Amino acid sequence: MAGKNLFEKVWKRHKVRTLPSGQDQLFIGLHLIHEVTSPQAFGMLKDKNLTVRYPSRTFATADHIIPTDDISRPLADPLAEEMLKALETSTQEYGIQYFGPESGKQGVIHVVGPEKGLTQPGMTIACGDSHTATHGAFGSIAFGVGTSQVRDILATQTMAISKPKVRRITVNGTMPEGVGAKDLILAIIGRLGVNGGLGYAYEYAGEAIDALGMEERMTLCNMSIEGGARAGYVNPDQITYDWLKGRPYVKDYDSMIRYAEEIKSDSDAFFDDEVVFNASDLKPMVTWGINPGQVVAVDEKFPVVESLPEEERETALRAYEYMGFAENEKILGKKIDVVFIGSCTNGRLTDLREAAAVARGQKVAGNVTALVVPGSQEVAVAAEKEGLDKIFKEAGFQWRLAGCSMCLAMNPDKLQGRQISASTSNRNFIGRQGSPTGRTLLVSPAMAAAAALAGEIVDIRKTGAAS
Amino acid sequence: MSVPIKKFSGKGISVRGNDIDTDRIIPARFMKCVTFKGLGVYAFNDERVDGNGKSKGHSFDDPEYQGNPILIGNANFGCGSSREHAPQALKDWGIRALLCESFAEIFAGNCSSLGMPAVTLSKSDIEQLQSFVENEPKMEISINLETMKVTAGSREWTASMPEAYRNALLDGSWDSTAVLSQAYTEIDRVAGELPYI
Ligand code: SF4
Repeated sequence: MAGKNLFEKVWKRHKVRTLPSGQDQLFIGLHLIHEVTSPQAFGMLKDKNLTVRYPSRTFATADHIIPTDDISRPLADPLAEEMLKALETSTQEYGIQYFGPESGKQGVIHVVGPEKGLTQPGMTIACGDSHTATHGAFGSIAFGVGTSQVRDILATQTMAISKPKVRRITVNGTMPEGVGAKDLILAIIGRLGVNGGLGYAYEYAGEAIDALGMEERMTLCNMSIEGGARAGYVNPDQITYDWLKGRPYVKDYDSMIRYAEEIKSDSDAFFDDEVVFNASDLKPMVTWGINPGQVVAVDEKFPVVESLPEEERETALRAYEYMGFAENEKILGKKIDVVFIGSCTNGRLTDLREAAAVARGQKVAGNVTALVVPGSQEVAVAAEKEGLDKIFKEAGFQWRLAGCSMCLAMNPDKLQGRQISASTSNRNFIGRQGSPTGRTLLVSPAMAAAAALAGEIVDIRKTGAAS
Repeated sequence: MSVPIKKFSGKGISVRGNDIDTDRIIPARFMKCVTFKGLGVYAFNDERVDGNGKSKGHSFDDPEYQGNPILIGNANFGCGSSREHAPQALKDWGIRALLCESFAEIFAGNCSSLGMPAVTLSKSDIEQLQSFVENEPKMEISINLETMKVTAGSREWTASMPEAYRNALLDGSWDSTAVLSQAYTEIDRVAGELPYI
């Protein structure tokens, strides 16, 4: 009989029972909340006369609406202030740990969880946010959920969910110079499609994955959801344990490792599906359309609509119209107006280092506005310690305060009109960066920094940046 | 327990296009709210009006379709973020059921937990339904979750949806909190056996 994969083992440990509907009731070991999707859930609890069952298993921070220039209270935007207040009140009322903007520990929830050591191998994790998949980098199974499920988890520490199948994505070989986790996940989504992962959780495995650092694994797992997968994870290993050592919420390091070793996928584990990639084929990737699957390698041309599978053609036509691009054009040399470096995909210390290595001693092109937004206040402090802020500022980048910022533009950082950005975030949907007509090209931190300097999309492998 | 939902009938409204993501259903800038009430006026906002507030002719703006509760859409409807604001905005606008070629997973789950059936039909069936509705906005459509049949006039189509969501609607357990809280003893037992708690 074949062995078990991590997903299977962790699920089994957390399953409470099978519900009459056929779904499973799953215990959630770590619940993360933020200001956008939780106030309504607390409201629902009140309506139902319920309380928070396991307040010590829920942690909160504020990220989506936080301004990145001035966080003095009250916030300039009264709606944002109201949301922040609502979160502060609810977390106080129920005794939930809250990392607020004044704490020095605030940041994008998917950056904060791991850096505090809250995220650990073998946990089930949920958050009212689709990029919860990020936490899978530690060998946990992590789901983005809706507000009704946030309510359920607050009330019962469990949720109703159908068990997905598991697909192993094996990446063999070594990644070439200038290519990173962002390019890998964009290539995966490009090949399997934005719906390719429907009904699946992804296990990322293979030589190239083993070689990734924790931040890169987070980038990879983060965008599993853009490929339609419900979750994505990497098996825990020494790199995981080293990264977690000494983090504030890692209480019993040895027992954590013991458990992690237990729940790792067996060497002969069964998978419902397998896909293999070759890392050495990878190139820097850039999206050209309105979903992350509309992506090309930096030296490729945009696809001819007729050559695409039929179900992708309509969206491709719409994308060309919206972006103002045409078939067969090159991505190389496309002019950009804005550069955004940050988000839960690429707003961690190593991402900032990668971008700074490119920016060092250079100047941002005259027509470009470039923002660097650290993923958390702790990332900001660490980056400043290394002098990364200076490198960015001297090169003409704006060094901002921590938050989601222009990843979804619920705060004042927005594209204007038809502006086009090179962005390290995860979504290039229509209107995503705050202007209903704004345009987004998703890239890696190095590619974003290089685009800022050149004022257009360039090939990081050719510009010879220090990374 | 919540009310069982076995059948639903009402008029349709067609929203054409594949991959309609949650940012299009409700742009993030309208999510600055602490309750879901009143989100309906912003449903599809950027598809309905241009930068100058002028209508772009979206079906949600068409007087013929106001209040029609059955949304008929195409493939991968509701992809993108997990924001429940999307189904909540549709619900607040007046939508009570969705018929599409396919749904994004989280979106379908969110619909189900709001008691809104998200039902799948084949591509050609959806196309037929969409043109019916576009020609005859007043036509009544019925969805029967027990037989998984959708009918309009003399036409009938076979529909499908994940069994778990269907059962939850049929037996009235779609409001999951009540069902989940029946198991507090087992919940505490599972928690007690986890090495990290
Ligand atoms: S950085 Fe972007 S994707 Fe990540 S949690 Fe914030 S808004 Fe969501």
